[in-house]
Amino acid sequence: MRVHYSRDTWEREYEAALKRDDGIETSTLSGVEVAPLYTSEDRAGAPEELPGQYPFTRGIHAAGYRGRLWTMRQFSGFATAEQTNRRYKYLLANGQTGLSVAFDMPTLMGQDSDAPTSRGEIGHCGVAIDSLADMETLFDGIPLGDVSTSMTINSPAAILLCMYLAVAEQQGVPFTRVSGTLQNDILKEFIAQKEYIFPPQPSMRLVVDSIEYCAAEVPRWNTVSISGYHIREAGSTAAQELAFTLADGFAYVDACIERGMQVDDFAPRLSFFFDAHIDFFEEIAKFRAARRIWARHMRERYGARDERSWKLRFHTQTAGVSLTAQQPELNIARTSVEALSAVLGGTQSLHTNAMDEVLALPTDRAARIALRTQQMIAYETGVAGTIDPLGGSYFVESLTDRMEAEAEAYFERIESYGGVIPAIEAGFFQKEIADAAFRHQQALDQKRRIMVGVNDFVSEDEDDLEILRIPASLEREQAERVGEVRRRRDQAKAARALDQLRGAAASKDNLMPYVFDAVRAYCTEGEIMGAMEAVFGRYVEKAII
Amino acid sequence: MTSRAPVRPVRIVLAKVGLDGHDRGVKVVARALRDAGYEVIYTGLRQTPEMVVDAALQEDAQVIGLSLHSGAHMTLAPAVVEELRRRDATDILVFGGGIIPEEDIAELKHLGVAELFPPGTSLQAIVDWLRDRFPEPTAG
Repeated sequence: MRVHYSRDTWEREYEAALKRDDGIETSTLSGVEVAPLYTSEDRAGAPEELPGQYPFTRGIHAAGYRGRLWTMRQFSGFATAEQTNRRYKYLLANGQTGLSVAFDMPTLMGQDSDAPTSRGEIGHCGVAIDSLADMETLFDGIPLGDVSTSMTINSPAAILLCMYLAVAEQQGVPFTRVSGTLQNDILKEFIAQKEYIFPPQPSMRLVVDSIEYCAAEVPRWNTVSISGYHIREAGSTAAQELAFTLADGFAYVDACIERGMQVDDFAPRLSFFFDAHIDFFEEIAKFRAARRIWARHMRERYGARDERSWKLRFHTQTAGVSLTAQQPELNIARTSVEALSAVLGGTQSLHTNAMDEVLALPTDRAARIALRTQQMIAYETGVAGTIDPLGGSYFVESLTDRMEAEAEAYFERIESYGGVIPAIEAGFFQKEIADAAFRHQQALDQKRRIMVGVNDFVSEDEDDLEILRIPASLEREQAERVGEVRRRRDQAKAARALDQLRGAAASKDNLMPYVFDAVRAYCTEGEIMGAMEAVFGRYVEKAII
Repeated sequence: MTSRAPVRPVRIVLAKVGLDGHDRGVKVVARALRDAGYEVIYTGLRQTPEMVVDAALQEDAQVIGLSLHSGAHMTLAPAVVEELRRRDATDILVFGGGIIPEEDIAELKHLGVAELFPPGTSLQAIVDWLRDRFPEPTAG
């Protein structure tokens, strides 16, 4: 048999071959056109790259997962601190290697459980935390010097960080041993998730205050988890997720430099959080491009010298929006494909969604299957044995380049508004995301994209899943608990702490020590936010359809 | 039901009630209903049941659509219905959509929410449902 290479022959045969005419899009989920075949010609002249070396496209560690597997970090929290504490102990006993706290809506929105607008929201999409007393219960029996904890909290992030540190203090753990991650990414709240409270400028001040404080006091704490997840879930494309998230990252760097900090003093503790959606290769390309772009900008634009400032570390969560309420068991399969893309993209930590999360918070059983899915990928499939196994793939490398170019084009558009905050105020991101979400829904309605069980391959007889219920009695109990905390504390001390915080908010002082004092005095989250709101005011978004 | 003002486009107030900020779904639905010929007023985020009913009365809307993704639907959707009852405005139709389990849908319908669209609903299904109730959306 004669073996030879002829691109022309392949092209002729490809053109002549019969093609499917089912109307299904061949572009990526984000609408990026992809060729049917990629060859070395698509990557002519591309440089050799290695893991652990600038620009880190192939990973930030020379040893990849041979050095250390990713952290299996399941996001969880529901009902009361006591119940969530039990779930944490259960997850740790089942081999989970880090904690990740989900807070309920009132906590995320900086208000107490007994506020009138907390009605119906308590403990539903996370755990209810009103004061240090709840935080003590949440981490009861969990040694904070040994686990790392991620906290998904944004507007009130400074308060929850102080509560966590106060528990560490009680356990006798020095702050230099405390490690974890605070989401603390207010920009994506304005862009996508919409859990903002104060206007952009004072919100940014609080973020910079916490970065500055941690750089001095809590050196192992990841101060901001710059998040694309919510941007993607709100409907953006992969390229938009990549571009908007990195643009937010640069905005934090700019803000810290403006404060007078040196880039290498804080940049190594910025981390990222991305979505792993269902379009397998596009996601892998996104993760690889993210590392390369961050490294280039940090080194070349910001002049960072410390290699750690160049290295983009990230957490990944599989895509909530890709899950279906129909035939929910299929979500296990979807999640495993998405998780695999995160691993092949070199994630540092991973949350796999449970199959029932499209309906409610996960049951113990569903949460365990989700964790086991990661363990299968890590220990059964062999994919962790080779570093960046898709490096050199003509397709993946081409798509990585393409993602990078699209992100750079978006940076220019954002710059044309004068930066991230003016672009938020002009509604730029919000409109881009809403447009993409609408295009996607239309593609589903027109069956140009298929969701199995939703717009095709529908089953009539579906078994209902058992779902987690939050008892209504919880609301009253939690409201009583916060009332009790307010009654029992040293009133003079609490009032003084709030007064001083209010005064500091009106000055240029770093607010962290004041927030910390208020937390130690058992002021509630709502009271602490209230003291700052008195000075900062409240942001109202102009609704854009 | 359409006795308020028969010859004008059907007006729909779409609202996010409660603390939840997930507005992807409500925005997509808003565009689809607008494209289908309805007049859509989107309230924006963090509305109380009272604010939603105020908006519907002020806008003289025939329909209220609620978007609920935070698990608070069993409190907030009935509260809107109750507020309509209190304001003697039960001719305004209430529907909803979001992360709402099957069992809760039955209970909410029992409590007076006309229809609930769970995850995976097509835009066309929502438009068809409205067309059934208001045959000529662009009568004006």
